[in-house]
Amino acid sequence: MSTPTPSTNPLLRAWYDKETRSIIVQIIAAALILSFFAYIINNAVVNLAAIGKDISFNFLWQNASYDINQHLIEYSSTSNHFTAMIVGLINTLLVAAAGIVLATMLGFMLGVMRLSNNWLTQKIAYVYIEYVRNVPVLLHILLLHGLIINALPRPKGSYNFGDTFFLNNRGFQMPSPEFQSLFWIVGAFVVAGIAFAWWFSRHAQKVQDETGKAYPVAMINIAAIVLLPFAVYFVLGSPIEWDVPALKGFNFKGGIVVRPEFIALWLALSFYTAAFIGEIVRAGIVAINHGQTEAAQALGISNSRTLKLVVIPQALRVIIPPLTSQYLNLAKNSSLALAIGYMDIVATIGGISLNQTGREMECMLIVMAIYLAISLLISTVMNWYNNRIQLVER
Amino acid sequence: MKLINKVLTGVALTAMTATAAQASTLEDVRAADELKCIVTTGLAGFAAPDANGRWEGFDADFCRAVAAAVLGDGDKVQFVPTTGKTRFTMLNSGEGDILFRNTTETLSRDADLKLSFLPVNFYDGQGFMVPASLGVSSATELDGASVCIQTGTTTELNLADYFRTNGISYEPVPIETNEEGFTNYVAGRCDVYTTDASGLASTRAKFDDPTQHVVLPEIISKEPLGGAVRHGDDEWFDIGKWVVNALINAEEMGVTQANAMNLAANVGNNPSINRLVGSEGNMGEMLGLDAKWAARAIAQGGNYGEIYERNVGPNTPLQIERGLNALWNKGGVLYAAPIR
Amino acid sequence: MTEQTYAPGTYPDLPPPSDTVGPVHWLKANLFSSPVNSIVTLVAIYLLYLALPSAFNWLLIDATYVGETRKDCAPGGACMAFIGERFNLFVYGFYPAELRWRVNLAAILLVVAGAAVLWDKMPARKHIMKFAMIYPLIGAWLLSGGLFGLEYVGTHLFGGLMLTLTIGVTGIVFSLPLGILLALGRQSKLPIIKYFCIGFIEFIRGVPLITLLFVASTMLSYFLPPGTTFDLLLRVLIMVTLFASAYMAEVIRGGLQALPKGQLEAANSLGLNYSQAMRLIILPQALKISIPGIVNTFIGLYKDSTLVIVIGLLDPLGIGRASVADSAWLGLSTEVYLFVAVFFFISCFGMARYSLYLENKLNTGHKR
Repeated sequence: MSTPTPSTNPLLRAWYDKETRSIIVQIIAAALILSFFAYIINNAVVNLAAIGKDISFNFLWQNASYDINQHLIEYSSTSNHFTAMIVGLINTLLVAAAGIVLATMLGFMLGVMRLSNNWLTQKIAYVYIEYVRNVPVLLHILLLHGLIINALPRPKGSYNFGDTFFLNNRGFQMPSPEFQSLFWIVGAFVVAGIAFAWWFSRHAQKVQDETGKAYPVAMINIAAIVLLPFAVYFVLGSPIEWDVPALKGFNFKGGIVVRPEFIALWLALSFYTAAFIGEIVRAGIVAINHGQTEAAQALGISNSRTLKLVVIPQALRVIIPPLTSQYLNLAKNSSLALAIGYMDIVATIGGISLNQTGREMECMLIVMAIYLAISLLISTVMNWYNNRIQLVER
Repeated sequence: MKLINKVLTGVALTAMTATAAQASTLEDVRAADELKCIVTTGLAGFAAPDANGRWEGFDADFCRAVAAAVLGDGDKVQFVPTTGKTRFTMLNSGEGDILFRNTTETLSRDADLKLSFLPVNFYDGQGFMVPASLGVSSATELDGASVCIQTGTTTELNLADYFRTNGISYEPVPIETNEEGFTNYVAGRCDVYTTDASGLASTRAKFDDPTQHVVLPEIISKEPLGGAVRHGDDEWFDIGKWVVNALINAEEMGVTQANAMNLAANVGNNPSINRLVGSEGNMGEMLGLDAKWAARAIAQGGNYGEIYERNVGPNTPLQIERGLNALWNKGGVLYAAPIR
Repeated sequence: MTEQTYAPGTYPDLPPPSDTVGPVHWLKANLFSSPVNSIVTLVAIYLLYLALPSAFNWLLIDATYVGETRKDCAPGGACMAFIGERFNLFVYGFYPAELRWRVNLAAILLVVAGAAVLWDKMPARKHIMKFAMIYPLIGAWLLSGGLFGLEYVGTHLFGGLMLTLTIGVTGIVFSLPLGILLALGRQSKLPIIKYFCIGFIEFIRGVPLITLLFVASTMLSYFLPPGTTFDLLLRVLIMVTLFASAYMAEVIRGGLQALPKGQLEAANSLGLNYSQAMRLIILPQALKISIPGIVNTFIGLYKDSTLVIVIGLLDPLGIGRASVADSAWLGLSTEVYLFVAVFFFISCFGMARYSLYLENKLNTGHKR
């Protein structure tokens, strides 16, 4: 600063010093923040004490005593709240993961359609994207759920696909596999196939880098992972028995059922997020300088290879960061399961368990911590991927 | 260093003022001049807003009776609608002063959730409703059915127990509010709707043709429904408790909405009635209220019998007979402690 | 070959070859340019043929728009009659009928204030801008009353469209300045402020809004001194604003980071202090770059306002949901939700269009 005012007051002199001033400002800020937190925590403690409550996580080991319709791990009403929480967590992760996969596929399709030189597909994609992203996701969820339970037939009038798959307003019923004793051999072949494919891809890359000779990597890998185990499967005499669903009484028995709540939530989240991803993909591809494509064409690279080797790798760098936040949004939006009764983490530990045990503080802490962890996990994975594909500047 | 010391002292001081500000619920209610009463989001006959947004029903009338006793005016109630899941959190955190939300009294809710239950004002039990077209006549025939059930209720736990005991399987379809349960049931997402028998009667009354739906004979649980307050404020608990007792006693003694204020104005021959309506003794003072507290509560919506008949009785769409809810000397189990 | 010459004006211009203009050419270029394209076009037309006519019939031809109950509706068509019967509920919620003029007046004033903010060619813009600055206070006063002779209306009576607008406008007005502060805080050189801002932003962005709303609506009283409480709608407004401001902060941070460092250095070399540099040099540019992101955050906030139904407030979606359970209108979920969807679509699409317009207008040629 230009001319510091000479002052005899040491406090005033300290204020004019930039370093000291920033320290003072920070101390005041820290004090305010700390006292705010101290204040609300103290209030909570006083309020809890007034009704005789404490903070304790022991309730997690008590009997949950309620049933959950969709549980991918062993669960019954005699399991404890912790297991109920895990069941809910798995359900959240399941719908989030399935949603991310479908949304990505749909989104890339929409992005490409938006850039298509076919007028009709371009307009269809445009209308779809504008409609879907300008309507709240909760509305999509409720609308789809309402459609499924109202428009689909009841179990007795199910849509029947070859007596093995059934669709009705209780969900989509399909056969479930029951693995026989010999099945482990098939499994072993699949694992071996994946290991081989991993090694072979690296090997082929090395050979191509050194000699320029390209193997048909994809074909060979598919053969190793899929075809060979299939062959083994039939040689062993099909060691899977299928438990086919059949209508008994009120509902279908046997097989796997994908419930309407899951379908509605999964489709609504995917359709909604796909509209955003579509725009991101479009922007990403548009951002690639046209000269890149022209250069590739000048080198005589075919159109599909130009797309695969030149445009997409560069576009991905633009696409990945906003894509990450869409994935995060999808995972967080899955908490709207609450509105239609899908038993996710908010409905189990943050809902029924919270209510039955009266442990609001603890349950909400758990729910928030889990969502923060999921967010962190997705960001970490996507950042790792983003760093991997970033342009290496020399 | 000095500064940090000062800051820490400041923090400590603020914390201490917070502790000192502890007031009783009665004072809070009086200061706000409004009773925040936790009710359901809408269960016809118990608590539901009518076309003008005024809350009506059995539970709503109990809210008004408490408000009349405490604040002198039964309309000074702010109804706080809650789902089965949020009601206890709302009560405990102080979002409401008292809860009348067809809530079952259980040990764990009393001891673990830190609620204090007022005397039971409705004896109920969990039942099942199915479409008549299914041809089901007993709950034991429900193997494999999808059951719509309100989350955060005792019915959810009873259901798990009942099906487990009888060794039959079911698919729970969790729903949040009575409306949602109704929508799902009508759409056929579930075969069975289960909740308290009174709730089933209320839901069944909503159909154009209620005869197309049957309530199964099994009552699988005891559901003593009553109001509740938070732990830790005994004076406030006493007020809620004695308002309920006063309404039941009033029916027994023949004090009604019409004559309560008249009886309170003159000292009569019956000392029990005099004590109830406050023309004799100092019952109100003991509770921290004035003498006419009970008279006002009764004049607000009538005695227990009147509230029952008006909201859920045989002449209402719900058509629930008094049954267990009749007075003890008329074949029921309502037996209120005496006001003395 | 003999060269042919025409004297100017003696012969009319020939039309261009028929395969380069007109509908036929357009079809050829846009729909059937290659075999693959032709197949795609045919498939798309077939799909549209499957979907559109039946949807059209259901929504318009066979639909019923006037009626008292479900039974008045023709089978096989959409039953839109409930809209007429419940229209007031969808717009005003439970707001007392005789006081609805206040809502209407607030809405008209909102249009005036909004126009001044959004449209720079508005006559007398300067004066109206001053009005727009204090509009939030006027709007709040008109809606809830209780001061200067207006009757008090409890916020528990707010509902429908007016609730959505209340939440949306409040969130938009307050989240932008808060977001700017958070973004600047996150860039600050003072570590305590910086890490507090980072912690706040990342926490809010890491958890779903409904958990925050749940805490605000059911558990907030735990954190207040015993016996105190404040209005439920106010808490929701605060939570929604905080939530949006965290996202806003990230958008603005993007804008700040996109500015070349030279801008700040130039400002410093001119002797501007921190607040001057930010106010006059950095923020105007950063905000301009961030406009699309800011509007997207607004749209997101506006759509997120539907989540209040989870804690029992009745916005249009909540009213729709209650209508679905009304025994007079059973089984109309599709119609009800479509109706609400149209409402949200119109408002959000409008905002998105405005953002495009603004982007083009403010584009001063930095984009190449």
